[in-house]
Amino acid sequence: MTLGANESPRTAVANPPVQPVQGNLGQHNVVRSSAGGPVAENPVALPAVAKLIDVSKCIGCKACQTACVEWNDTHPDIGVNVGIYENPLDLTPDMFTLMRFAEYDNPETGDFEWLIRKDGCMHCADPGCLTACPAPGAIVQYSNGIVDFIHENCIGCGYCISGCPFDIPRLSQVDHTVYKCTLCSDRVAVGQGPACAKACPTQAIVFGTKDDMKTYAEERIEDLKSRGYENAGLYDPQGVNGTHVMYVLHHADKPGIYNDLPEDPKIAGVVQNWKGPTKTVGLAAIGLAAVGSVVMGLFSRSEVAPEDEQRAEDMVDRAADPAASGREQA
Amino acid sequence: MAGRYYSEPGDKIVARDPVTVRRYAGWTRLNHWFTAATLILLALSGFALFTPSLFWLTGLFGGGQATRWVHPFIGIGLFFSFMLLFVQLVRLNILRREDLVWLRNLDDLVKGQEHNLPELGKYNFGQKTVFWAMFFLIVILIVSGVMMWYQFFPDLVSVETRRIAIWVHSISAVLIMLTLILHIFAALWTRGTLSAMTRGTVSGGWAWRHHRKWLRELAGRQGSDTAK
Ligand code: HEM
Ligand code: SF4
Ligand code: SF4
Repeated sequence: MTLGANESPRTAVANPPVQPVQGNLGQHNVVRSSAGGPVAENPVALPAVAKLIDVSKCIGCKACQTACVEWNDTHPDIGVNVGIYENPLDLTPDMFTLMRFAEYDNPETGDFEWLIRKDGCMHCADPGCLTACPAPGAIVQYSNGIVDFIHENCIGCGYCISGCPFDIPRLSQVDHTVYKCTLCSDRVAVGQGPACAKACPTQAIVFGTKDDMKTYAEERIEDLKSRGYENAGLYDPQGVNGTHVMYVLHHADKPGIYNDLPEDPKIAGVVQNWKGPTKTVGLAAIGLAAVGSVVMGLFSRSEVAPEDEQRAEDMVDRAADPAASGREQA
Repeated sequence: MAGRYYSEPGDKIVARDPVTVRRYAGWTRLNHWFTAATLILLALSGFALFTPSLFWLTGLFGGGQATRWVHPFIGIGLFFSFMLLFVQLVRLNILRREDLVWLRNLDDLVKGQEHNLPELGKYNFGQKTVFWAMFFLIVILIVSGVMMWYQFFPDLVSVETRRIAIWVHSISAVLIMLTLILHIFAALWTRGTLSAMTRGTVSGGWAWRHHRKWLRELAGRQGSDTAK
């Protein structure tokens, strides 16, 4: 199968094409770029892609984590076992995805549930990281929805970390740029699904167009409901205009029980204010003050008069020699 | 011998014909100009990140990474330099009742009718405002700045707090620019002021017109200045 310039892979399980393929994710497909960086004039309208993570099917084997490390050629430090399953304990610049384990005592059923969530970048349609970033072109969004960091443009300020509603990006102390899941943009560009989805033994992670993934999720949710999970549902939060990584949750009414998955994530109000009115009003105020003071300076000034010098002399002379009468008036 | 109510040690009449008054010692001036230089460099490097239209300013510092790296260190320099200046100037910058009278009649100043205003010591209300605005803004900038200094303090505060810190930092940066503009404007608009920070002296006429109590005290201390 040859991948056309305006196609995206529709599955992660197919084997890669063997003939050389021209990658279709590059500057010519950038639709948003941080800090007014360059966007494509006529971006190819690729179908929106999505990764769907079915939490109910995950067995916590971490094949995806391993595949991620392998494909991205990162070298996470060897960790220490502190008695829990998370390894490492948090996302790092070398670990773009992390299985998080929660032990949940279901008060309704009395069942003990082991909730395992694959954490990582959600590829928000409205990305807080991109909004916060001050460096032109350091964060881009392609026409298929993938949010990618362009490391040579990153200045290492960490603003994206504050902008992200999911606490995802991590700053590297080695090259001082920020890392996160790329949704394997380098694989998707040439017709392959993400490495994690390819490696998952239970197909808890699947990949395709966002439409296909929603349809597929519906089947899964119906199945879960038929088995007693009446609140099963899709996590595609609308506060960030939906995401290109979605979850099927058996308890979609309580995302928080899956290791603090946000209930209603959106770009924080203070971040929007900082990046919006604060900048506009601030720059306008500085501009007005600068122009205003130049204008006022042109039309008026305060000058010392020759009489002032004379009076100062009188004051100083009289104080030095009180006998001699001056004519200083108080 | 007259006490020092309106002047600092070192302030004195240095010539009588025409009257010339020493206002700042050499090292206070050095302190001032070092503070000014750090503030300008901070403004250039900070506003480079403030808006994409000024991102090109990062070129002055050797690129985005270098700008991001150097800005907080210059900030530390500004903080200590200003605090040194602060302890030298704070005593005479405390607000007094006559400052409020002066403020109420500000229009007379603009109209050139300064004789309607109360006599003042070394600083007027405007100068004191700049002094205190600089003080509070620099304190806010260093506190919020350290909170957002991700390279060295990634875990100092929570994400929620850091968001507020960044916001506060950028608002304070705008306010300190407004203060700086006011400061430069006032120093240039009031002719005869600049020499106080360049040569360290002002003319007697300038002192008589703008800071008469200060001049009178120094006039009364002539001869005793060598003692202190
Ligand atoms: C006093 C100590 C200061 C410290 C420790 C400090 C620290 C910081 C830090 C850590 C950043 C984030 C970017 C970076 O890592 O370089 C930053 C940004 C910034 N700083 Fe400062 N700073 C200080 C003073 C100032 C001053 C005096 C100004 C204004 C003249 C200023 C203006 C800015 C601006 C405009 C930004 C960009 C904010 C934005 O993107 O909205 N800073 N500062
Ligand atoms: S650290 Fe994040 S916000 Fe800062 S330049 Fe890099 S990508 Fe942009
Ligand atoms: S999850 Fe965070 S890092 Fe990923 S796109 Fe959304 S805001 Fe950016």
